[in-house]
This record gives sequence, structure tokens and C-alpha cells, in this order.
Amino acid sequence: MPFLALANIKKSFGQTQVVHDFNMAIEKGEFISFLGPSGCGKTTILRMIAGFEQPSGGTIHIAGQDQTRLKPNQRNIGMVFQAYALFPNMTVFENVAFGLKVAGMPKAEIEKRVKEMLKLIHLEHLADRYPYQMSGGQQQRVALARALAPKPQVLLLDEPLSALDAKIRVSLREEIRQIQRQLGITTVFVTHDQEEALSISDRIVVMNAGRADQIGTPSDIYNRPTTRFVASFVGTLNIIEATIVDPAAGTVMIGDQTIALRESIADKTGGETISLALRPEAGSLSESAKGDTALTGKVVSANFLGSVVRTRIAVGKNTVSFDMFNSPDLIMPAPDEVVTLRFSAGDLLVIRD
Amino acid sequence: MKMTKFFAWFAIAVGVTYFFVPLAGTFEFSLRMRRGEYSLDAYGSVFSDVQFQQTFGFSMLMALLTIVFGMLLVVPTAYWVRLRLPQMRPFVEFVTLMPLVIPAIVIVFGYLRLYNSASYIPFTGSLLGTNILLVMSYITLSLPYMYRSVDTAMRTIDVRTLTEAAEILGAKWPTIMFRCIFPNVMSGVLSGAFITFAIVIGEFTMAALLNRPAFGPYLQLVGANKAYEPSALAIIAFAITWLSMGLIQLVSRFGKLTQSRP
Ligand SMILES: Nc1ncnc2c1ncn2[C@@H]1O[C@H](COP(=O)(O)OP(=O)(O)OP(=O)(O)O)[C@@H](O)[C@H]1O
Ligand SMILES: [Mg+2]
Repeated sequence: MPFLALANIKKSFGQTQVVHDFNMAIEKGEFISFLGPSGCGKTTILRMIAGFEQPSGGTIHIAGQDQTRLKPNQRNIGMVFQAYALFPNMTVFENVAFGLKVAGMPKAEIEKRVKEMLKLIHLEHLADRYPYQMSGGQQQRVALARALAPKPQVLLLDEPLSALDAKIRVSLREEIRQIQRQLGITTVFVTHDQEEALSISDRIVVMNAGRADQIGTPSDIYNRPTTRFVASFVGTLNIIEATIVDPAAGTVMIGDQTIALRESIADKTGGETISLALRPEAGSLSESAKGDTALTGKVVSANFLGSVVRTRIAVGKNTVSFDMFNSPDLIMPAPDEVVTLRFSAGDLLVIRD
Repeated sequence: MKMTKFFAWFAIAVGVTYFFVPLAGTFEFSLRMRRGEYSLDAYGSVFSDVQFQQTFGFSMLMALLTIVFGMLLVVPTAYWVRLRLPQMRPFVEFVTLMPLVIPAIVIVFGYLRLYNSASYIPFTGSLLGTNILLVMSYITLSLPYMYRSVDTAMRTIDVRTLTEAAEILGAKWPTIMFRCIFPNVMSGVLSGAFITFAIVIGEFTMAALLNRPAFGPYLQLVGANKAYEPSALAIIAFAITWLSMGLIQLVSRFGKLTQSRP
């Protein structure tokens, strides 16, 4: 049995069902991210794991124990909130000590444990500060220490970084991941930022309208999306409409150009329209690029984005974006120029949903 | 432009005159107990009056009890309404405003009917019972101010998230209430407390009709029988009220300073 098991979790608020038969098996020490757009039910599931909401159906097991009906203060869970939620009347030390005090730990031990936690987040020198005397990033680190101090079985984080500015967000997420590894604590991290999820997770659950669309490692999710939703939500994927020419040979027609797919489409029929996905970084304009497949089109626009140049070309009815790495000798494609995009047939994914 | 400014100043001048001239007159009069010169004799006479000490002490005690029990009622109520029954807020606000609309005399007559010594709950049958009833009536009177100031203080903290943060750390509700919520609405509790203090110290109707030796009835008694002391008492009462107001300002400013950033 997995360490944290969610089985057939449902949740309705009044008439509207916001979580549909959600299943998830999380191993001990795993770092799982829930990724999805606003309102897809990420927070709701997290709050059910914490015990703030009762599921309308299904069960939640932690370490083999049924915890579905337990109150939050009967579970051994740590939680970090988006809005920090430090107690404004307590110092950093008192905030971190709160859970230990509630649990009735002797004073000397509390002191030792709090010091240990503050060391972990590199804030030993701020033990006597009040929350209002600290930056957002520091407050959130204290919130993390407070959640971890009582040695919870599971750590839940609900968009802990979204109130912070970009630089801190990146450094803090790495710090969170490093601490999580060090303690080996089973963690569920909620975010709507795909880069955040891809960079720190063991596995990602991509959620869409109260359902798990795909569960997999970051590279699975990014390179082999199984649904159109996952493909479009994670990264900026091109969706290309194509008409099947010969299912057995795997040939399709895009505009008036025929190409062969590597993935089998033998289950489809000729003349059927299918959707193909192509990552913007998969293509190249260079003649020498290795790639067995080519599409020719007219440049719609070319935009300089810093480290990359994003070019959009029209192929039949489709507009295909692709990125080239910036370099001083790069020649920007001009609008209306006719160019040939080369890529590997293996980069074209068939979307089946 | 100039005209409007002139009228504004004029209005202020009228207001200040209206408010301060009687006060200044009263103050001046209170100093004239000794013939031909200004002195603090009237104040000396007031402060050395045993009845003043007793009634003032009694009212202080009543105010203190009112504040303690009132806050034990108001803070958890405001908290619960914010946390679990947000749709009930307009209703609760309306209820807490009732004492402003219903005259004290009506309330106290209601009390006397309900709780007289021949009733099922004979509060007025004993001294202790009457005192309890008096405190409860004071709580009713100060409810609008206490509720409002506490509720305003609660607006500045995220009651819900703080509660959940405490809960997930294993806290039960008394801990949540007294260690996480109360200290963070202290500025509201204190300003509510000072207003309550000012109200209770000067309250007349309830105390007189329940026949308790409070400061309000004493003021009236002195006013009817002496010349200079009532003026001195009026100035003292004003001073107490102003002190309370000043303290409210102080705690609310302090409260703002210590608020946590979102
Ligand atoms: N207490 C509630 N009562 C009624 N509806 C609710 C309640 N809580 C959440 N919902 C609804 O459930 C759906 C999922 O909400 P949830 O907060 O889980 O989304 P989310 O994925 O966390 O979104 P976000 O990224 O914006 O935080 C939303 O449509 C929301 O309106
Ligand atoms: Mg959310």
C-alpha cells in the first residue's frame, strides 16, 4: 500500500461537483505537484488531505490508516499556506515552537528542535523577529519551518511561492526541494506554474476540471502528454491539424504537404482528421539540422525573446511556432519569407483524447 | 475657493465655541469655591467625599466586570460569525445595534418585569443578583461599541487561515481562541474596553432604577444638593472620557504598527 493513498475522492459544494473520482498513490518521500489552471480543484483536494474539507465520497489513507474522517488537529500533517499565515503576535521562535508546545513537548526539547529548524532554513539570527519585521520570502521559510517542526507524516504546500517575486520564487523552490530531500518527507505541492512543477517534482499530476488528466514524471508530462489539455497546458505546444492519407504507412497531409509519422496510426481510418503536437524547441531552420521531416511555410512573425527567437510560420491552415537559440550571428527570418522547418518525425505526437 | 475655506473655518469656529464655551464656563465655575480667588477646593471636596470614593470604586468594578465578561462574549461571537457564518454578519450587526435604538429606560423596565423577586429568575431578589443584572445590562449597553471595535480588528487579520494554521499544528479551540485570535485583536479589545469604561462610569438609568450605589446616581445626587462640586465632577467625568478616548487612539495606532504584512 502506498504511503498516502487517495481513492475515488469526490467533492461537491452544493450542486456543483468540483472533484471527480480522484485517485492517487503517493510513495513515502515522494515530491508530488498538483498542476492545473485556476479553479480545477487543486486546493480542494489538498484541503481534503489536511482535513479542512470532508470528501463527499472516497477514502484517504496515510501510512495504512484511514484518515478520511479525522479532524485536522488529529492528523499529523504540516501545511504551508499561500498567505504565510504566521501568527502575528508571536516571534519567529514562538511560531516555530507552536506545534511542539501544543503537543506538550518539554521546554528544553522545544528549544533544541526550534533551533534545528531555524538552522535548516538559515534564519537562526532572526529568531526574535515578529512576522511584520520580515520579508515575504523569510516569512514563508518560517512557515515551512513551523510546518516541519512537529515531524509531520505529510507536508502540504498550497501555492507557497505565488505571493513572492520572481527571483525569490526560484531560489525558495529549490530550497524547499532540497529540505524535502534532506528530510525525506512525503510532499504534495500545489501550483499553477508549470515551470515550478517541472523543475522540482518527482511526479506531476496535471489536473483539469476536477480530474487528473495525466500523472507522470516531469519528462513524461512534458515530452509525452497524453491529452490535448496536458499538451497545451504544459509548455507552449503547437497543435497541428492533419488529414490521414494512409493509416498503415502512417502518412498524413498537412496543408498540401505529406509527411510520415513514426507513431502508429493504424487504428485510424483514411481521411480522418487528427491532431498532432510539436514542441517549439523541436524544429530548426538550418539546412544541416538532423531531421527526417520537413514542413515548408511562410513566416508570419519573428519575435526576439532574449535567449530564444520565436518564429511563427503558416503551414496550410495551421500556424506553427518554433524557437531558435539566440546567437550573435543568427539571421532573423523576415515576414513573408518562405522557409523550411526541419524536425524528427519522432517529435510529432498524436493526441488521442 | 476662498469663500468655501472661509465657511469651513467659520463652521469649525462655531462648533468649537458651542462645545468649549460651556466646558470652559463649567471649569471656571468649579474653581470659584473659595470666595475672591481661584482654588481647587471643589476638587478637594469631591475627592475627600467618602461617597465619591465608594460609588466611583463600585462603578470601576462594574466596568471591569462588564469589560471582561463582555469581551468573553463578543470576541468568540465575532470570531465564529467571521469564520463559520459570514452570511449572518448583517444580522448580528443589527442585533448589536439594538441597544442604541432601544432606550435604556425601556431595557431596565423590561429587566424589572422579567427578573423581579416574584419571577422565575429573581435576579433582583438579592444584592449579588442585582449586581449581576447590572453588569449584564452594561454589557448590553456597550455591545454596539465592543462588537464593532473587535470586528474591525478581526478584519485586519486573516481569521480563517490563522485558525487553519493553528488547527493543522494540532491546536484545539481554546488554544486557537486565546493564543492565536485574542492577542491579535487586542487593539480592538482595548478600544472597546475604554469606550465601555467611559459608558459604564457615567451610566445613570440602569444603576438608579436597579438602586445600586454607582457613580452616575451619585453625580445626580451631588448635582441636586451642592453648588461647586457638580462642576468639578463634570470636569472629572470629561477628563475620564477623554483619557479613554486618548488611550483608544494610542492602542489603535499601536495595533496598526504591529499588523503583519499579507
Ligand atoms: N467552499 C466552497 N464553496 C463552494 N465552492 C467552492 C468552495 N471552495 C471551492 N469551490 C469551488 O471549487 C472549485 C475548485 O476550487 P479550488 O480552490 O480547489 O481551485 P484551485 O485549483 O485551487 O484554483 P486556484 O489555482 O485558483 O487556487 C472552484 O470552482 C471553486 O469555485
Ligand atoms: Mg487554490
